[in-house]
Amino acid sequence: MIPVQRPPAEDISRRSFYIGAVYAMWGAIATALGLPAVVYLFFPPKTRKAEEWVEIGDVSKLAPNAPVEMVFRRNRTDGWKVTSEKGTAWVVKQPDNSIVAYGPQCTHLGCAYHWEDGKNDFLCPCHSSVFSVDGKVVSGPAPRPLDRYDTKVQGTKLLLGQLRQSGENG
Amino acid sequence: MKPIRQWLEHRTGLETAIRQFLYEEIPASSGWHQVFGSVAVFLFLTQAFTGALLAFNYAPTPGDAYNSLRYILTELTGGRLIRGLHHWGASMMIVVVVLHMVQVFLYGAYKKPREATWMVGVVLLLVTLAYGLTGYLLPWDNRAYWGTVVTTRIAGQAPFLGPYMLRLMGGGGAVGVVTFARFYGLHVLLLPPATLLLIAVHVYLVRKHGVAPAPGDEVLPKQQFYPRQVFKDTVAIFAAFAILFVMAVAIRVPLEQLADPTDGSYTPRPEWYFLFLFQFLKLIPGSLEVFGSVVLPGLAVLALIMVPFFDRSRMVKVTRRTFASAVVLLGAIGWTGLTLAAVKGTPKQAEVAIDFSAPTDWMQLSPEEMAGVAYFREENCISCHAIGDRGATVGPDLTRITIHKDAAWMIQHFKRPSAMRPGSSMPPIQLNDQQLNSLAAFLLKLNPDNASALSNAPEFATQGALVYQANHCGTCHMVNNVGMKAGPPLNGLAKRQSRSWVEDHFVDPQKLSPGSFMPPYKLSPKDLENLTSYLFALPD
Repeated sequence: MIPVQRPPAEDISRRSFYIGAVYAMWGAIATALGLPAVVYLFFPPKTRKAEEWVEIGDVSKLAPNAPVEMVFRRNRTDGWKVTSEKGTAWVVKQPDNSIVAYGPQCTHLGCAYHWEDGKNDFLCPCHSSVFSVDGKVVSGPAPRPLDRYDTKVQGTKLLLGQLRQSGENG
Repeated sequence: MKPIRQWLEHRTGLETAIRQFLYEEIPASSGWHQVFGSVAVFLFLTQAFTGALLAFNYAPTPGDAYNSLRYILTELTGGRLIRGLHHWGASMMIVVVVLHMVQVFLYGAYKKPREATWMVGVVLLLVTLAYGLTGYLLPWDNRAYWGTVVTTRIAGQAPFLGPYMLRLMGGGGAVGVVTFARFYGLHVLLLPPATLLLIAVHVYLVRKHGVAPAPGDEVLPKQQFYPRQVFKDTVAIFAAFAILFVMAVAIRVPLEQLADPTDGSYTPRPEWYFLFLFQFLKLIPGSLEVFGSVVLPGLAVLALIMVPFFDRSRMVKVTRRTFASAVVLLGAIGWTGLTLAAVKGTPKQAEVAIDFSAPTDWMQLSPEEMAGVAYFREENCISCHAIGDRGATVGPDLTRITIHKDAAWMIQHFKRPSAMRPGSSMPPIQLNDQQLNSLAAFLLKLNPDNASALSNAPEFATQGALVYQANHCGTCHMVNNVGMKAGPPLNGLAKRQSRSWVEDHFVDPQKLSPGSFMPPYKLSPKDLENLTSYLFALPD
């Protein structure tokens, strides 16, 4: 060990000033670097595009309660890139003629489900979650109903907006 | 706490190690002149930190690199600050490393037994410069691209080694994806661990031989490194950081246009600390070029490494080292002279200077809307109206789409505000119908997303659009898909024609494009400049 000499009394106050100042300055530097870093990493990017509506097809010929999988292309902003990608939606005309469009992924772990014509429900092949035609969970591990797109009908054309996550049991 | 400390100390010896480090004995003469090494280490760590943060949102391939950097600058909160810190930190690092070196040189601290410490230090200087060279390319804008083209060509001139250097840099002098990948790899994968290793060796050697004493120190009692010298080092680090932070906040680091290998009008210039070499090269006749670009700088580095062997005299007081002082002074004068000459000799950028590090929504405006921006500024609308979060709140926020009416209503409103909106305290706007139309067109397009166009549209663009409107260019030409197609569309003009061609063309269209039915335009020099700049700034 290094022998520590006992400094005279006036040196002690100077010594503690040095130490205090060192801690204060390093604290300030750490804050000035750390805070911007946290903001930079955790704040979401400023979104510059308002939500877009994508036309996905003619819904005038749909039969009530007979889901159809429709394919469309839409632009997705991914960081610094805008990618045009394929999307699908299960579109159902309800008995009251309103249109519902479900997101194509099971709410359990995201597998693609499909419509079983004979059984009249949606079946997810991964863990056998079953959804009814109105999107509600019939059986299986799925925690919540199918997610829905915002929809708008113009004439006979269906327009899709954002995919909204369905609430618990809602 | 105490048992944990004891356990840690017993198993690792950490506490003893820290104590030994902090209570290292240093000569009585140690003080402020020896702070630069610590500042350099601090700046290196800051660069590593900000560099890693940038890398989290950066795609290291040409094209994507530029777009991701724009994303960092325009869409991420704090992105501009982080990039500013990294950019200016690089410059500051060079300054501090050189100051450190000058101090050691002036004091003769490289003398026996500290020759190796000095030599490792020179290698560290070269590594610092290598960061500057490789990092320069990474924004992949015109500046980066053309600067690197010159650098690789110079490396290719090296006697014997030239062809190998070129191959190592990924191509026969062409700067492309391979060169980019190698520069990036060097910058983030190879250089940082090399720097850490070299710093470790450097500091180990400093500790092994002790901080260099001044003559007379042997009779004085030694002092401990902690806390007095640590305090001085910290003050210096804090001052350096404060300057760096202010620079990063206050001085905008521009981003130029995406690198364009076909751009014939671009004049590349190296980073400021390489300007002296650039200028030096101009003084060398062409036949001796290799001598100036490779041989002499190489010899200079060699001489720098060999300094401890040239000067083997005994340690004397710094005030008596007149020869060393003269060398430093001469070096400083030479460097300053060459750098100043280079700065003076840099032609004013012929092309349009657009700062691509800010949103460029304004480029998408039609000429009419752009002219509207000019009227908006001239009439000082912002003194009463808010635009998003900017401006006063006497009148309504003009980005609120719900208050937008049709153009006819707005023009009537501009002429007699209180007639359209009883009780309005807005003064009538004294502009003619066409001008009011422009203003209305622009305001109708305004929304919270594109409001940045108002503050970001450069003066030349708004003024150029005024000239464009006043001369009815839109009755034959198209800009951003607005206008007619009797003449060629004007987007991408910069790619097709040179600036001087366009300026001459206004004066006598038929001379330059026979068969054209465009009438000649006599524009004032200012109008001509603004209009041409505006047209050259249009997106392709």
